[in-house]
Amino acid sequence: MEVFSNRIEESPAGGPGFFNPWIPHTAEVIGKRREALGVHTLRLRLRDEGVRRSYRFRSGQFNMLYVFGVGEVPISIVSDPDESGVLDHTIRIVGKVSAALVSLKKGDTVGLRGPYGSSWPLEEAVGKDVLIVTGGLGCAPVISVINYVANRRDRYGNLKIFHGVKTPKDLLYRARFHAWQKHPDTEVYLTVDHPDLEWKYNVGVVTNLFREVRIYAQRSVVMMCGPEIMMHHAVRDLLAQGLAEDRIYLSLERNMKCAVGFCGHCQFGPAFICKDGPVLRYDRIKEWFGTSEI
Amino acid sequence: MKILDRNSVDLFFDALKRQGFALVGPTIPDSAIVYDEIGSSADLPVGWTDEQDGGTYRLKKRDDEALFGYVVGPQSWKKFLHPPSLRLWTAHREGKGFKIIPEQDDPPKLAYIGVRSCELHAIAIQDKVFIGGPFLDSSYGLRRENVFIVAVNCGQAGGTCFCVSMKTGPKATAGFDLALTEIIEPGRHYFTVETGTGRGEEVLRDLPYTEATEADPATVERIVEKTVSQMGRTLDTTDIKNLLYQNLEHPRWDQVATRCLSCANCTMVCPTCFCSTVEDVTDLSGEHAERWRKWDSCFTSDFSFVHGGTVRPSVKSRYRQWMTHKLATWIDQFGTSGCVGCGRCITWCPVAIDITEEVRAIRETKK
Ligand SMILES: Cc1cc2nc3c(=O)[nH]c(=O)nc-3n(C[C@H](O)[C@H](O)[C@H](O)COP(=O)(O)OP(=O)(O)OC[C@H]3O[C@@H](n4cnc5c(N)ncnc54)[C@H](O)[C@@H]3O)c2cc1C
Ligand code: SF4
Ligand code: SF4
Ligand code: FES
Repeated sequence: MEVFSNRIEESPAGGPGFFNPWIPHTAEVIGKRREALGVHTLRLRLRDEGVRRSYRFRSGQFNMLYVFGVGEVPISIVSDPDESGVLDHTIRIVGKVSAALVSLKKGDTVGLRGPYGSSWPLEEAVGKDVLIVTGGLGCAPVISVINYVANRRDRYGNLKIFHGVKTPKDLLYRARFHAWQKHPDTEVYLTVDHPDLEWKYNVGVVTNLFREVRIYAQRSVVMMCGPEIMMHHAVRDLLAQGLAEDRIYLSLERNMKCAVGFCGHCQFGPAFICKDGPVLRYDRIKEWFGTSEI
Repeated sequence: MKILDRNSVDLFFDALKRQGFALVGPTIPDSAIVYDEIGSSADLPVGWTDEQDGGTYRLKKRDDEALFGYVVGPQSWKKFLHPPSLRLWTAHREGKGFKIIPEQDDPPKLAYIGVRSCELHAIAIQDKVFIGGPFLDSSYGLRRENVFIVAVNCGQAGGTCFCVSMKTGPKATAGFDLALTEIIEPGRHYFTVETGTGRGEEVLRDLPYTEATEADPATVERIVEKTVSQMGRTLDTTDIKNLLYQNLEHPRWDQVATRCLSCANCTMVCPTCFCSTVEDVTDLSGEHAERWRKWDSCFTSDFSFVHGGTVRPSVKSRYRQWMTHKLATWIDQFGTSGCVGCGRCITWCPVAIDITEEVRAIRETKK
């Protein structure tokens, strides 16, 4: 029985038969930068020139990064999609694989396969105000979109960044926020739940800020990422301000083993976060979003 | 339709072997019928049947010498197409880096003997998962492409079967190379044979078959109808997707959670459950690493782990995930139900939790 026709003579990874999406390419660590305590950015370069040349990604997508003998995890790509040849990944140490990734040095090798998943609605947002809502510790998926919009200010309307964390020491990318603030027509709002004596910005949950800042619901697109409970409140308050359900995009996280729809781990209701997500439009998931333990 | 005598079954098997196929089919190594390598018809469960109900499975002697007189056992063909444990690749250190070597996957050509209608549907469902999307699972694809399928229509239904409700049986209608119906009459034991593919026809060509008479199709129909009338369970699938989508917080989930042991049996025996995890291993020297894929289950706590905790800590949420996936979200994901009504999850649940009963309970008190 001829089951399917896209049999290929040789897979890019060298195997026979079919292209095997489980097989990583190798990439070299060509740079490493410390962002904050336990957070580092690795700059990677695919070793194979052909693979490197054909590799394209969109902001919001991720790679599966493999450390020899340790394991493989999903990590967002934070570099600019138009910058060719290099891939930046900002990694926060939380466990075995992330720690192993961060311990790599210049010249070391990682396994890399991707890019996977959906991306931020950067075409749809052209000419509109962009509202970024993030929270919690390190929110890599939005770093790429902020950079993207900040570097192309003329294509988008006003850029507002709302970032909320528990305490001032959880604010990982202080320098970056200051740098973004300097871009034209860009506003950065930082808030903490529990301030210390030096804190000079806002206090309270991130959603409080929506009431104080002028938001033009009709011409805005919202992109958010962070703890689900934070996003839940943020969505609710933005809807109350008149934002349309189909103008709100969220990046979700789930356990991932394959990133190609085979392992089942990343399911969120009917969505596979690895291929339908990680960026999902709110109106498409609203029945599931907010139900606990989905 | 052709007729093949019981005594020609081994000639049939030999013809498949001549075409380069190794045979796998039902055997009784122990106290259950399992699918494994077979050499001849003597390896089949000749004269055996099974009795099944929630949480029970028992082999029993038949009063005839039927070869396929049982229902379905704990295993399904997924163990061949989607092996429980599979090496994906190996890696070797090389200087400062390493090199990844894809597994040289060269699965044997297998002929599956005795595939039930519900199982044909289960294979079609896994086809959608592994080779129907934007990514193709090469290990599945290579195995699937080689398979020769000999279906056998069910001559009896089991106590936990509900293929009629799921519209997946009991008669094989597509997805086979050859489909047999076993007929035992006083003094005569034979099979009707329908061909599904040119390949099937070719295998048949060299065998001592006869043409079917006008009465034979009617005999097959009668057998199928008798099986239909014996279905042990029913499941009302009316608007089932919305029923479950709208009842994610139904109190029945809490109730089933008091019984469910979260043992994962139901997912292991299910012919459509496809979830897997990966394991990375290194040898002592640290020079060689391997990555393995292993069956996994949404009933484990690791399954939904993200740093800081498990997304589904409660048994309630795990059972809800499993059943809602099988019967509802699967429809959005793959355009088909994820359940074929084989009844295995009911039979092999140690505490006899019954998916048909759980749906009924929710339907009767739905929001
Ligand atoms: C689409 C996506 C993009 C991501 N982007 C980034 C990023 O840019 N930077 C970053 O630092 N982190 C990112 N993460 C989270 C990152 O994948 C986890 O921190 C990482 O998997 C933890 O692995 P570990 O072995 O270090 O931790 P452990 O706690 O030891 O985790 C054990 C295993 O559980 C799984 N796991 C644990 N946490 C997560 C998680 N949050 N998401 C998915 N699987 C998990 C992994 O399989 C992991 O190997 C992303 C996650 C997803 C789903
Ligand atoms: S859910 Fe149960 S009845 Fe349905 S296909 Fe799986 S094992 Fe069979
Ligand atoms: S439903 Fe039954 S078989 Fe499935 S996990 Fe619960 S106790 Fe185990
Ligand atoms: S990560 Fe495996 S199915 Fe999405």
